[in-house]
Amino acid sequence: MLTDTVAAAPARPSVRSLWARPGVRLGALAAVVAVVAAFYLLWDIPPSVLLLGLQIRGLSILSMIVVAAAVGISTVVFHTITQNRILTPSIMGFDSFFGLIVTLTVFAFGSVGFLRADSYLMWAIQVLVMVGFSVFLFTWMFAGKRRSIHLMLLVGIVLGTFFRSFTEWMQRMLDPIDFQVVSDAMFASLTKPDPTLLLFTAVLVAGGVAILLPMLRTLDVLTLGEPAAVGLGVNHRRTVMILFLVVSVMIAASTALVGPIMFFGLIVANLAYSYAGSFRHRWTLPTAVLLGVLCLVGGQLVLEQVLGFGGMLSTIIEFVGGLFFLFLVLRKGAR
Amino acid sequence: MAADTASPSTSTLAPARRTRRTAVGVLIGVLLVALSVLSLFIGASHDVSLDGGVNTDGHGVFLLLTSRVPRTIALVLVGASLGIAGLIMQMLVRNKFVEPSTTGVTEFGSLGMLAILVFWPGMPVMLQMLVVAVFALFGTWVFLRVIRQVPVRHLVLVPLVGIMLGGVVGAITTFFAYNLDLLQSLGQWAQGSFASVMTGRYELVWFAAAMVVVAWFAADRFSVIGMGEEFATNLGLDYRRVVAIGMVVTAVITAAVLVTAGMLPFLGLVVPNVVSLIIGDNVRRSIPWVAGLGAVFVVACDILARTLRHPYEIPLSVIVGVIGAALFLWLLLRRRSRAH
Repeated sequence: MLTDTVAAAPARPSVRSLWARPGVRLGALAAVVAVVAAFYLLWDIPPSVLLLGLQIRGLSILSMIVVAAAVGISTVVFHTITQNRILTPSIMGFDSFFGLIVTLTVFAFGSVGFLRADSYLMWAIQVLVMVGFSVFLFTWMFAGKRRSIHLMLLVGIVLGTFFRSFTEWMQRMLDPIDFQVVSDAMFASLTKPDPTLLLFTAVLVAGGVAILLPMLRTLDVLTLGEPAAVGLGVNHRRTVMILFLVVSVMIAASTALVGPIMFFGLIVANLAYSYAGSFRHRWTLPTAVLLGVLCLVGGQLVLEQVLGFGGMLSTIIEFVGGLFFLFLVLRKGAR
Repeated sequence: MAADTASPSTSTLAPARRTRRTAVGVLIGVLLVALSVLSLFIGASHDVSLDGGVNTDGHGVFLLLTSRVPRTIALVLVGASLGIAGLIMQMLVRNKFVEPSTTGVTEFGSLGMLAILVFWPGMPVMLQMLVVAVFALFGTWVFLRVIRQVPVRHLVLVPLVGIMLGGVVGAITTFFAYNLDLLQSLGQWAQGSFASVMTGRYELVWFAAAMVVVAWFAADRFSVIGMGEEFATNLGLDYRRVVAIGMVVTAVITAAVLVTAGMLPFLGLVVPNVVSLIIGDNVRRSIPWVAGLGAVFVVACDILARTLRHPYEIPLSVIVGVIGAALFLWLLLRRRSRAH
């Protein structure tokens, strides 16, 4: 095992050289996350309903971990594939499909029907449609001569616009109560997941992680760009295909579980690059996930306990994420 | 089609090509007149809800003059000016795939609209346009600033970044609109329909038309700007000033269209590209073409919007979005060999 930044550790490492090690940084972050999570679980919990309280909070922590893992990992991998750090995988129209399916359901069965609908079936349909769409896009745009990831993304976005205008038109024909239901569903809700669906999503995300683990070094090589990667013996097309599938499944599963999340991954991934102290994926990926958990759990803790409203986290994160993105591109340019 | 980025000098064109170009030009003109007349009479001959009967006595004529005619004029002007806005943006950014809706300018404009809805819902229409124009101008500035830092001008990456930017601004708008319960009214407004276009509601599009005239006068300058900053400066042009004129022109057009008609995505992208395939990239020569084709496109889409689900109207932006997206995809995929 090579250490990346420090060639050989000196006999008595100073604090600074210790802090330069990615492992130390990751450990520190993990400790902070553990403390925050413990706080979230136990803070101000009434002893009379200890078990129930722990169950509810434990469930929402678990869902935050799953979402943070899905979003963080898929965004970092996506950045590696596209060679660009200001894109997010969810831009490719995942949210427009989510909206389309929700709107169609409300349109066909009314808001009561939508709220009573079999949530497992809904989840499965959504995951299948989103993954199906991205696989279609990928095979269509990545087969033969057309091998441009950026072109593929743009085509995805344009198709997303296509579906979105259709969705908006249908929403116009809804009465205000139904419209309220649809627009509520369009905002991610992180705290009240269905346990079974959470399990399904966790299994999919874990599967994705299992596929990625042996590919960490290949991912590192991909950051050098396609020609270098091919020169170093990476089967670029096949690798990118697998990675893209994993990203799609992760994003689709988490979107179907909690709703569309657009810019959260951007914040987390970009913070991870600057914090991790290394650009190797074995460090950036876990850092991104932990930072995601920290944002979600810490944010929820502050909102619930300090400010006293809990349901706003996702919109606030999206808002901050949007501002962060603007800041990023204005400062660094669109690389 | 080979020469889609041919040099502006077209004096040495083969006669056959020139004849064909003239033929297409005549066709656009004829189509525009025919469709406009059709658009005038669709309401008057079928649409009972707008005409109060089929009898065209004085009452029918009155309706024709206060509702049908303004609507058709508005459609023509909106189509023409949006096409021009796209054309000028493409020259400023030197990229074929930009226009107000792929650069975040439209989204900045609707953020301005949200501000109006929140702070002064009854604001006079003129002021509304001004506010939205200021927001759109800011959006143009942000986009240009971001794009200047893209190291390699990937043809496709530029609109990708622009759409990302638009998505962010859109999310910010949605966040506020949702918390202030303005989501549906904002949506209604952004969906753009000409059903409400009457006398007194559409005059703003004349501002957009005035901008088209400005663009015509500055056309050659935009052509030179399209060659790049060094080139323009070498020829003695004040690069920044021309860019500023272009930004104002596109912002005012975007604002006027947004306030009267809502969002019409991809129109400004598709029309100039099609024109450039036919006659090349000389801005001064292509302005009337772009304006004409844009007008034809919008009038045709509006006729579709009014007839597909008769007697109801489909919002124009849906039709434009669907057809525009399809054409945009075609444009994207036909130049695959040069997509990098």
